Amino acid sequence: MSVNVDLTTVWAFIIAFAVFAYVVMDGFDLGIGVLFPTFAPGRERDQAMNSIAPFWDGNETWLVLGGGGLFAAFPLAYAIIMPATYPLIIAMLLGLVFRGVAFEFRWRDPAHRPLWDVAFTGGSLVAAMSQGMILGALLQGVAVEGRSYAGSWWDWLTPYTLLTGLGTVAGYALLGATWLIWRLEGKPQAHAFRLARIALIGTAALMGAVSLYNLGLRSEYAERWLSAPEIWFAAPVPIATGLVFIGLWRALSTRKESAPFFLSLALFLFGMAGLGVTIWPNVVPPGITIWDAAAPERSQVFMLVGVAITMPLIIAYTGWAYWVFRGKVGEESYH
Amino acid sequence: MFDGLDPLVLARIQFAFTVSFHFIFPAFSIGLASYLAVLEGLWLRTGKDLYLDLFKYWLKIFAIAFAMGVVSGIVMSYQFGTNWSVFSDLAGPVIGPLMAYEVLTAFFLEAGFLGVMLFGMKRVGKKLHYAATLMVAVGTFISAFWILSVNSWMHTPAGFEMGANGQYLPGDSWLEIIFNPSFPYRLVHTVIAAYLTTAFVVGAVGAWHLLRDRTNAHARKMFSMAMWMAALVAPVQIFAGDMHGLNTLEHQPQKVMAMEGHYESHPDGAPLYLFGIPNDEEQRLDYAIGIPKLSSLILGHSLNAPLAGLDTIPDDEQPPVTVVFWSFRLMVTIGMLMLGVGAWSLLARWRGKLYDWRGLHRAALVMGPSGFIAVIAGWVTTEVGRQPFTIYGLLRTADSVSPLGAPAVATSLVAFILVYFAVFGTGTWYLLKLMGHSPHLGETGVTRGDKGPIRTAGITPGPTQDPTQRNPGGTLARQGDRQGEQPA
Repeated sequence: MSVNVDLTTVWAFIIAFAVFAYVVMDGFDLGIGVLFPTFAPGRERDQAMNSIAPFWDGNETWLVLGGGGLFAAFPLAYAIIMPATYPLIIAMLLGLVFRGVAFEFRWRDPAHRPLWDVAFTGGSLVAAMSQGMILGALLQGVAVEGRSYAGSWWDWLTPYTLLTGLGTVAGYALLGATWLIWRLEGKPQAHAFRLARIALIGTAALMGAVSLYNLGLRSEYAERWLSAPEIWFAAPVPIATGLVFIGLWRALSTRKESAPFFLSLALFLFGMAGLGVTIWPNVVPPGITIWDAAAPERSQVFMLVGVAITMPLIIAYTGWAYWVFRGKVGEESYH
Repeated sequence: MFDGLDPLVLARIQFAFTVSFHFIFPAFSIGLASYLAVLEGLWLRTGKDLYLDLFKYWLKIFAIAFAMGVVSGIVMSYQFGTNWSVFSDLAGPVIGPLMAYEVLTAFFLEAGFLGVMLFGMKRVGKKLHYAATLMVAVGTFISAFWILSVNSWMHTPAGFEMGANGQYLPGDSWLEIIFNPSFPYRLVHTVIAAYLTTAFVVGAVGAWHLLRDRTNAHARKMFSMAMWMAALVAPVQIFAGDMHGLNTLEHQPQKVMAMEGHYESHPDGAPLYLFGIPNDEEQRLDYAIGIPKLSSLILGHSLNAPLAGLDTIPDDEQPPVTVVFWSFRLMVTIGMLMLGVGAWSLLARWRGKLYDWRGLHRAALVMGPSGFIAVIAGWVTTEVGRQPFTIYGLLRTADSVSPLGAPAVATSLVAFILVYFAVFGTGTWYLLKLMGHSPHLGETGVTRGDKGPIRTAGITPGPTQDPTQRNPGGTLARQGDRQGEQPA
């Protein structure tokens, strides 16, 4: 697997960065949505939601960058993946509609707050599951003819995609629980510790299952992971992942408050690296490489200028917003 | 089920439905973000709590409208790929980067500062908070800039070359693509429309509360501000619309022919049809009532200017006339009514009766939603007027659509309709409820917490009944932002 650093490769990494940023940042939002019903109605739920209320919109913007960036940098991939995973995309979008408006609506309508709490959880769950299944549908390979998707509209539904969907839900729940450990205290924090352990076990099991499934999924994946010399590039990824799992378990056992969240981020980073190793240099397995799908150089250069100028600013003011709302979401403030 | 339907028609309905619904929210939030920036700026300059109260009052409304705009907007950024994948593949190299710029320069800016704008006054202080408000307002405008550039390029494509694989590729100059011929006109016309839409909503809310209590100081202030906006900007908008129309005549003549109902060519002076029933089959306008030569005067600046009709356009390149003809008339009618309300308010102001003329207040109330109707009607005029093309003159709509079966598209369409009406219908109800409360002294901001908004809405007596019971002259530090009161 040789990597020639050209514009297309740079763009592949930019899109991968956007997807990663989305997955971890909206991941903890969606994870909190999934875990929401296990918190007591009233103060606990309010605090859980308040801990992400100032951020969710910015976090979700990375999804638009991932989708919009794919459209701009790899239009062919965008044009194939969207119809191929059509029902999942629609389900994800509708899930995000319910999730997003619930942030505002639940405060506006106390009489129907339980209903909007259900919408918050249901929307988060559907969005998380859909995202995981989209990933699975991509990894298992997409039927393409010419420049178009050529499969049926049910190709995305297989045992494998259900597995990747569940794995994503578990992973998001882990991110959400560890975020809440960081931001809450007292009883709800203790609850988040319990949830994090369960989510960690679930994530480990499902991530392991997906990894093993991958080896049998397509022969080129097995080759990538199991034959020399590729294995020397690939092997550090699962080893590092395993170490992070152990570290995370210990951090939870010793009641560390911020470490679990950052270790969960590391877990996703290595998971993403593993995916990269698996599909590189394809953007739509099995046949469409990043170079097949790439936009022309003029488009790439024009956008790269924009990214180079705006991305440092975006990271700076996003970081500032997180800094402004740092610290515990206490209950004292309401008295 | 659904197998007999045409997936192309379904995909078009779905796009029209989702984009029309979406457009309502930014049309409001672009104007409202600027209004909030003005209110906060006035508060900082004058120190009058009245402005802070109004700021916090409209901030609560903005929070809901903005959330609905965000979630319906994300749908749009994926609709291109899900339902128009062939278009996306072919046009992606040209319009994709513009949309990426929208995300990078607008969406992140809005979203990044929104949290501080809604919850952060206590944490960052007045000045930084005002900076955040300005950033959100600027972000909404930048967003309009890029997406209207994309849209304009589809109407008046420029600066591209054709690739061997059939893709539209960027040429030497991105400026030529971004500032394509219809873009400046469309941008001005659309952004002014957003400001007018907001002005009439604010005016209607002010009028509603004036009708209940004409001494209400908050209602007076917002009504007065909105009526200034209507009086000054409605005429500008009509002028901008006229310029946009002339630009369309130059670049997309058949759209103007459909708007005017000109099936036949008029070599020496075309009439302005006020009414008629377009008849595509016979290619004529039935029951037409028109003013002779006026269309030539408006479009050609001479009574006898020749104007070509749809008889010069092949049948398969004509837009559906009925829709364009009527949506255009609806938009123009509303524009004229807005102009009328603006003029009426000037008269009332001159006579010192701005807060007394009930008729004016009622008219302003009725006109509250008019901006939304005008915006959608204008949108329909320009988009349906571009048919049967997605990229005008180059790529047909029928050749742009995703290879999806009717059942898939129909199912998603039904899901969108059900969810949008339920969710955004409820959201609109909440907005109306908020607008139904009178703005009052010590208005609370966007509050969060188990006791926050409930208290505002219910436990204490209705704020209008006894404002003195509330913390008078409340500033955010004392009164508002509960989220901000959390310990750091």
